[in-house]
Amino acid sequence: MNRRIRRLGIVFALLFVMLFVQLNRVQFFGAERLQEDVNNTRGLIREFGRPRGPIVTADGVLLARSLPYDGSVDFVRDYPEGDLYAHIVGYQSLNVAATGLERAYNDELAGVPVEQQFLSFGDLFADRDTTATIRLSIRHDVQEAARSALGAQLGSVVALDPRTGEIIAMWTYPSFDPNVLADPDGFAANAAFAELRADPNDPLLAKAYREIFFPGSTFKLVTAAAGMESGLIDATEPVFGERDSYEPIPAGASIGNFGGSTCGGDLVEILRVSCNTAFAEMGAEWVGSAGMIETAEAFGFNTTLNIDLPSSALSRFPTEYGERLADVDFYRGSDGNEAAGSLLPNGSVSIHEDSARLAQTAIGQNDVAATPLQMALVAAAIANEGKVMTPHVVVELEAADGSTYEEIEPEISRIAMRPSTAATLAEAMRVVANEGTARNLLIEGLDIGGKTGTAQLGTDPPNSHAWIVGFAGLPGEEPSLAFAVIVEAQEGASEQTGGRVAAPIARAVIEVVFGAS
Amino acid sequence: MTSTSPRFEQGQSNPLLALRPRRVEAGLLVTVGVVVVVAYGLASFGTSEAIPADLGPFLLWMLGLGLLVHVAVRRWASAADPVLVPVALLLNGLGYVVITRLDGGLAALQSTWTAVGVGVFVATLLFVPRVRILESYRYLLGLSGLGLLVLPLVPGFGREINGARIWASVGPINFQPGEFAKLALAAFFAAYLVDSRDVLRTRLELRDLAPIGAAWAGSLGVMILERDLGSSLLFFALFVVVLWVASERWIVLAVGGGLFAAGALLSWQFFDHVQTRVDIWLDPFADPKGDGFQIVEASFALADGGLTGRGLGQGEPGRIPFVETDFIFAAIGEELGMAGSAAVLMAFLILVGSGLRIALRAHRVFDKLFALGLTTLLGVQAFVIIGGVLRVVPLTGITLPFVSYGGSSLVANYALLALLVRLSHEQRTAEMT
Repeated sequence: MNRRIRRLGIVFALLFVMLFVQLNRVQFFGAERLQEDVNNTRGLIREFGRPRGPIVTADGVLLARSLPYDGSVDFVRDYPEGDLYAHIVGYQSLNVAATGLERAYNDELAGVPVEQQFLSFGDLFADRDTTATIRLSIRHDVQEAARSALGAQLGSVVALDPRTGEIIAMWTYPSFDPNVLADPDGFAANAAFAELRADPNDPLLAKAYREIFFPGSTFKLVTAAAGMESGLIDATEPVFGERDSYEPIPAGASIGNFGGSTCGGDLVEILRVSCNTAFAEMGAEWVGSAGMIETAEAFGFNTTLNIDLPSSALSRFPTEYGERLADVDFYRGSDGNEAAGSLLPNGSVSIHEDSARLAQTAIGQNDVAATPLQMALVAAAIANEGKVMTPHVVVELEAADGSTYEEIEPEISRIAMRPSTAATLAEAMRVVANEGTARNLLIEGLDIGGKTGTAQLGTDPPNSHAWIVGFAGLPGEEPSLAFAVIVEAQEGASEQTGGRVAAPIARAVIEVVFGAS
Repeated sequence: MTSTSPRFEQGQSNPLLALRPRRVEAGLLVTVGVVVVVAYGLASFGTSEAIPADLGPFLLWMLGLGLLVHVAVRRWASAADPVLVPVALLLNGLGYVVITRLDGGLAALQSTWTAVGVGVFVATLLFVPRVRILESYRYLLGLSGLGLLVLPLVPGFGREINGARIWASVGPINFQPGEFAKLALAAFFAAYLVDSRDVLRTRLELRDLAPIGAAWAGSLGVMILERDLGSSLLFFALFVVVLWVASERWIVLAVGGGLFAAGALLSWQFFDHVQTRVDIWLDPFADPKGDGFQIVEASFALADGGLTGRGLGQGEPGRIPFVETDFIFAAIGEELGMAGSAAVLMAFLILVGSGLRIALRAHRVFDKLFALGLTTLLGVQAFVIIGGVLRVVPLTGITLPFVSYGGSSLVANYALLALLVRLSHEQRTAEMT
């Protein structure tokens, strides 16, 4: 009998070894996979079991906080300003994946980083609130001004400090109320989310930095910068011929001016009247594809913006222009298209199969597309001696006792152009604001420059995006504000132009920023 | 002394353990007490961030129960194995801490059951001075075991709770008679086989295997009529194991295994709830929010626990349905990590090992078979429920001995423990004389 009993002992030992092996599989080797399973809500429940840090504006307005909740979770996120900051702050929800700063700064808000947990030796023993308060560069008054100035028109407003990259306001209409998504009641939150998703205007999308649009004539600033960086063009030379259409080389659809008008002149003049024919010629026959691509990318095109918010969109500038056909000498003179035989060639440019496309991109058409934030950065670089600063909304992480965990220092993202180019362009933009298409920007006692854009989307029915980009500052000082406003295409708005539709919105924002009226 | 006590079978034991078992036991009990009291304080701190107000009374309560058990063993079973009682109390204490952390109301009841269990333990030691008394009451025990087993089916007494008809009401008391039936049946099987063992060993005819068939039919009956998969499996395992050891014939295992397979297949074919259990076992993630929810959440809890656990009172074990009873192992794994869950496995392995050692060294056939049966009950029950939680075997709803919430289970297991202690005492005193 004892032999059987011993064997039974071995059987029991084997059974328990089986249990132990499986225990290892569940609790150790397979634990990570189980924790990441889509059905596993334990991580979320833990997150919602403790308060998160608040998010506040530069002027101290509370944008997000945790409120105690009596139900499936212990705390619920509350957004006192509703839709105004939904595209920046985002939301943290039990039922929908987090967005905005709630996602980008999840760990800091929850108090996870080690430097937040242990400020001093005493923290090893004391139970301290380790969550961070996130302070933004956004000014509440400016953000509100952007919302009320844009009103119920589809569009975006971006205002930032060109010297630091700190975003002062960033608003997109339509927006949404993040509180309905933060509702711990899964049924209510999911229903609200489905409804927002079904809205054709996509209020969930922060179009100011997550959607790209044809920039239209505002892109002429980039073309002008490329022209000046090429060394062939300055404020007064050359003088582009007066004409009403540009015929691309080697072939392609001709490009006309707004309303079929005739225009030409030096750089300042063609910017002032936003002359399509002159800029098409400048891009295709003076700068060439290599120079255009180089400068566009120097401004930040074709690279994902390194803003401190998740999922920013890529602004794009086409890089494919077909096979190179020849290097052609151009007899550039007072009237571009008909080269006078008596003049000597004064430069050559590579002509590609699709150079007609380059002429179109030079005036912000074809496949050029930019986020409103990217266009604000174009104006900002011009106002900031050619330097593009890294754009950001967060300036500081504070501990519960008010001390600072981390300050976000200004950082140069890229150099778009030489300071002299920037200075010339800034001067030209001042002319545009004072005497040109952007006159609606002007405010007494401020130094303002701008460039309008009207990106035509179609003619049947006629519609277009209205743009304005620019900068503002106190006279005699460096500009402290750069901005971009887009009012998106609306049917029937056939003749909306940047100057008439978008400029007054920018002007309203400038007034609040500088306390003028 | 019977013929089955050759000296060489006894092995060498630690002389300290053999000579001063009660002193060793006292030391272990103090250690267990410290572990449980500290765990109790930590659990309270984890849930409410405060040292529990009743830590002092709890300490006294623990000390009192420990002292009572210790004095009783010292008085009536002074030579018994010193490991059994402390390990059982550790499991009981750990279970109690986790139940307190899950549900304060249940914890109050469980502390009452613990006191009753300890009382039954002492009473068993007192009223069963020799196990051979049980041998002489074999048929009475067999009949009462059977009676207890069918009691839930008797109209007027039986109650159906959570789909299983395993409860009986006598006056104001609800209990699971099956928990006590298993002890009576273990005694009966052992005594019955003492008689028929010699016959079984010399010639095994078909009609000698009839009892296996009867046990099989009885188990199936329990499963079908009471919808209690776990107990059904437990009874069948008990009978086959004891018969196998007594008869020393492999064919018993073969026939038993074959019958088990046939029974499993039949019940899978004809019963939806068995099919559901098997489907969940094969792929709980097929319906993670429905049928598979319990086992899926248990897996998540164990995974969350990792190696060192989330800390007592810091996890979310309350998400698992029936976590206080069937799934308490998952709660321990979540909050104490693999360190804690592996410790529970070790504790059961120690109990099983001690039980088998008693069976190995016992001098009378009845003692051997009885110790074997009791140990098998304990070991198989622990394996079946832990294996169910870990998805090693399909889930059958039974309690984890000493750990789970439940009065009947706790009281019956304390009686089982007392019988093992009694057997150990008799075996050791026989060796010393």
